[in-house]
Amino acid sequence: MNTQNNRRIVVLGNGMAGYKFCEKLIAKQLGSAIPFTLTVFGEEPRIAYDRVHLSAYFAGKTADDLALAPESWYTDNNIQLYLSDPVIAIDRDRKEVRSHHGHVVPYDYLIFATGSSAFVPQIPGVDKDGVFVYRTLEDLDLIRTYATKARHGAVLGGGLLGLEAANALLDLGLEAAHVVEFAPRLMPRQIDAAGSAILQRRLEDLGLQIHLNKSTQQLTGDGVINGMQFADGSLLSIDMLVISAGIRPRDELAKRSGLDVHPRGGIVVDNFLQTSDPAIFAIGECALVHSMIYGLVAPAYDMADVVAARLTGTEREFQPFDMSTKLKLIGVDVASFGDAFAEGDDCRTVCYENKAKGVYKRINISADGTTLLGGILVGDAAEYNQLLQVCKNKTILPPDPEDLILGNRGGEDVPGAGVMSLPDEALICSCEAVTKAQLCHEIGENGQTTIDALKKSTKACTGCGGCTPMVKDLIQAVQKQQGVYVRNVLCEHFDYTRQELLDLAKINQLTTYGAVLDTLGKGDGCEVCKPAVASILASLWNENILEKDRAPIQDSNDRYLANLQRGGTYSVVPRIPGGEITPDKLIAIGQVAKQYGLYTKITGGQRIDLFGAHVGDLPAIWEQLIAAGFESGHAYGKALRTVKSCVGTTWCRFGVQDSVSFAIEIENRYKGIRAPHKFKSGVSGCVRECAEAQSKDFGIIATDKGWNLYVGGNGGAKPQHAHLLVSDVDKATCVKLIDRFLMFYIKTADPLMRTATWINKMEGGITYLKAVVVEDSLGIAAELEGEMDALIANYSCEWKAVVESPALRQRFTHFVNAPTLKDPTVQFAPMRDQIQAQDWIR
Amino acid sequence: MTTTETITWHVACQTADVPADGGACALINGRQIAIFHLARRNEWYATDNQCPHRQQMILSRGMTGSVGDEPKVACPFHKKAFSLKTGACLSGDDYQIDTFAVRIENGMVYIGLPA
Ligand code: SRM
Ligand SMILES: Cc1cc2nc3c(=O)[nH]c(=O)nc-3n(C[C@H](O)[C@H](O)[C@H](O)COP(=O)(O)OP(=O)(O)OC[C@H]3O[C@@H](n4cnc5c(N)ncnc54)[C@H](O)[C@@H]3O)c2cc1C
Ligand code: SF4
Ligand code: FES
Repeated sequence: MNTQNNRRIVVLGNGMAGYKFCEKLIAKQLGSAIPFTLTVFGEEPRIAYDRVHLSAYFAGKTADDLALAPESWYTDNNIQLYLSDPVIAIDRDRKEVRSHHGHVVPYDYLIFATGSSAFVPQIPGVDKDGVFVYRTLEDLDLIRTYATKARHGAVLGGGLLGLEAANALLDLGLEAAHVVEFAPRLMPRQIDAAGSAILQRRLEDLGLQIHLNKSTQQLTGDGVINGMQFADGSLLSIDMLVISAGIRPRDELAKRSGLDVHPRGGIVVDNFLQTSDPAIFAIGECALVHSMIYGLVAPAYDMADVVAARLTGTEREFQPFDMSTKLKLIGVDVASFGDAFAEGDDCRTVCYENKAKGVYKRINISADGTTLLGGILVGDAAEYNQLLQVCKNKTILPPDPEDLILGNRGGEDVPGAGVMSLPDEALICSCEAVTKAQLCHEIGENGQTTIDALKKSTKACTGCGGCTPMVKDLIQAVQKQQGVYVRNVLCEHFDYTRQELLDLAKINQLTTYGAVLDTLGKGDGCEVCKPAVASILASLWNENILEKDRAPIQDSNDRYLANLQRGGTYSVVPRIPGGEITPDKLIAIGQVAKQYGLYTKITGGQRIDLFGAHVGDLPAIWEQLIAAGFESGHAYGKALRTVKSCVGTTWCRFGVQDSVSFAIEIENRYKGIRAPHKFKSGVSGCVRECAEAQSKDFGIIATDKGWNLYVGGNGGAKPQHAHLLVSDVDKATCVKLIDRFLMFYIKTADPLMRTATWINKMEGGITYLKAVVVEDSLGIAAELEGEMDALIANYSCEWKAVVESPALRQRFTHFVNAPTLKDPTVQFAPMRDQIQAQDWIR
Repeated sequence: MTTTETITWHVACQTADVPADGGACALINGRQIAIFHLARRNEWYATDNQCPHRQQMILSRGMTGSVGDEPKVACPFHKKAFSLKTGACLSGDDYQIDTFAVRIENGMVYIGLPA
């Protein structure tokens, strides 16, 4: 059967399904004597890209980042690819396609992977300028350009994609982003009314304005959109609109060619994805299978696999697919799985709603209480993967199924809740159809214990990425099962954890990277262990980080004692302890900024950042700042950043203690001390907490009896409030406890672990930490205090060291052979009355 | 098939100008070249100074090291790593940087650029 004559395949569409089909076919025909010849026609100008993560384009990803494979992949695999060249006609008798540019290509098999287009309802005015759809990179380019001159935007459609688009409008800097939905609730296909109400409130907190029950009658404006008019008579004035009202399968060519298409859209195919013409298949969003259009990538990929398998000799049916989804919106989790709306006699529903926290969870359980039918999660979808698996695999539920969403309140582990309790055939990555058994095999037998390794060997986590947390859990669980004590060793050059390495370096009195590597490691080091060792050496000895062989092992920021910016310039942040500054010092900063053409900004840490300094100018800038009484602010270091203060009793009518003086004292005490990650502090003068001390690594709040000390707070992506360590202590006790706390952290945390994570991962958590730090249960308190004293005694300003050392100073140039020349590629763009770094060149 | 390429040697700097196990950038014929001294291996390498990921002139300020036996440099911006021998990207992306011949003579570093 495998003759030269039935080996020609033409693929229509270079989207996600079309690409996946090629990839699967190439893999399945490996080693076959007569390979297929593949021709792909794509209508878009770019090679296939990850449409699922389209919005990431606004967050800085480029078309290259999103590409599913580089252009060379097509050549390497002998695939003839025509881009910007849609197929416009098919001659089914001659078995030929003809493209827009006139290419005529014969086929034995034809694959429709033409996807869908955004459905645009026929509302009067949709043809006006300023009306967009959200489907391709070109759409996003148009939106981005238009958004620069728009202020109020709206999205028509409050579904999954609509909310994503609305969020993108906010990210683009629009003042207002509205969501207009016809239905009485958001995401009507995924969540119920109660979930929608919670979601709406969360989205409003994010800055979106939600309008439900709105039927749009016309778009107003003279050529250019300026508003929306609704059936209830109300008006919304906007200057741009993104339509996200559903999708329309691209079946127009199939229809013209006489293939069966459904009156409501979609190329009709059977369970083998075969159309009414046996030589023609349809996959992805253009195909109508099981009487429906699957608008998700996982089923599209599976369809590609079914057809590729068929053509290479293995027959398999396309099975009904799970439509569970999780919204990728930043800030609010929303997920629905299985039969989310199940109701009636066959079903028991458990709901949990917390309006204050904006959380809603619903699970639907079979009447006999044994299986999970489906559910909805809003505001907190941490359990999504686990619930999805329990649902898909019909795992027997624990006696109190509500434990699944509420957590077990009895103390024991919930049976059936851990990843390892899933059956072997559980699909962990549904985009790439990777089972638990496959992953466990790769982890256990082949030692693939990192996400990157598993991405390569199984392709798990390469699609929507939703399975990544579960794959991480599996890695841990399998290793634990194998009795591997999971040690976080640094990298291939050091078989030690950070804590072990710190102890060993201390015992052996090692002060250079070379000595550490010679004594304790192997190879030449790398970008992981070098900064980690640099941090250890600094935490042990507090010697100048650029001296001996230590300059090249510092992360770029530390190496230049400044923060590297887009374009290759640096920012300079002088220390302004407690945020207190004299007029003379302000003037000095202004003068320096003027002289070197720097952009200035008040930071979120109560000090002033000067941006855009050429590397060669840094020493001179510091020299002037030092002359004016400044020192380095270590904004670049994994070190103390700022100690924020509120004015306290110095001025405030509510203050009960002098918070500014204490903040300055604390900042000067710990300045320059390096740790596994940066650490921050704040001191508030009363319970009103204007210094936000409880969001800091350690925070101090005044009481009328003394000070309360909090530890382990964090801002960042996962904000967390600090835990109270002690209350009503005097200053000296407070400082002593901070000494112990910080030194214990410095000695035992993993690289790049903030104090919050350190405490979260610590066995025994805050209770254990309190025992060690406050009650001295390990008997190490005196040692910790002594070590902290030694570090403090060794402090010196590292900017000053560079300014005063010709040898160090000489390293601050861009060109070794032209030290006075600045990098000519550095460019700035105007920004209000100052400058900004030029955008990435794409 | 073997291809021969003529190269011209240019003096770049003194050996002491490049920090041990670090890098420096030289301007040669208007082109920015990153020079690396892997002192622990007693090896010298030269590559483009521009990182292909976001077109940043920065690789000389990257961190040197090795993966297995392969010498590499990691870009300070987003940590894409490149083989100093072949210029291939080692972090799974399809980038490639140019590499150049280096010669050390009498304490001077010479770089061979295609003529
Ligand atoms: C300048 C500043 C923003 C501003 O314009 O206000 C800033 C700028 C940067 N922050 Fe920040 N952060 C700044 C205040 C904050 C704050 C607010 C605060 O300190 O009160 C936070 C949240 C509080 C916290 O840390 O818990 C903050 C949380 C982060 C994080 C997330 C840390 C985390 O634990 O998740 C990062 C990423 C990291 O460090 O890995 C980060 C990283 C960065 C970096 C260093 C990113 C980088 O590596 O290039 C930015 C450097 C810009 C530059 O080129 O100079 N920045 N950053 C603020 C400097 C304060 C200062 O005076 O030193
Ligand atoms: C913003 C956004 C977010 C999304 N988020 C998710 C998500 O979180 N999870 C999820 O599972 N799915 C998501 N999706 C849906 C997912 O992207 C699609 O299911 C998937 O891309 C379908 O693949 P496809 O190949 O069928 O269609 P497409 O990827 O659209 O590819 C079809 C291609 O065919 C081309 N074409 C059409 N006609 C012709 C012709 N005659 N000749 C040549 N070429 C032609 C089109 O131009 C297009 O390039 C999202 C989609 C968007 C737009
Ligand atoms: S300053 Fe902080 S929050 Fe702002 S872009 Fe940089 S890292 Fe992100
Ligand atoms: S610019 Fe080099 S890694 Fe991004």
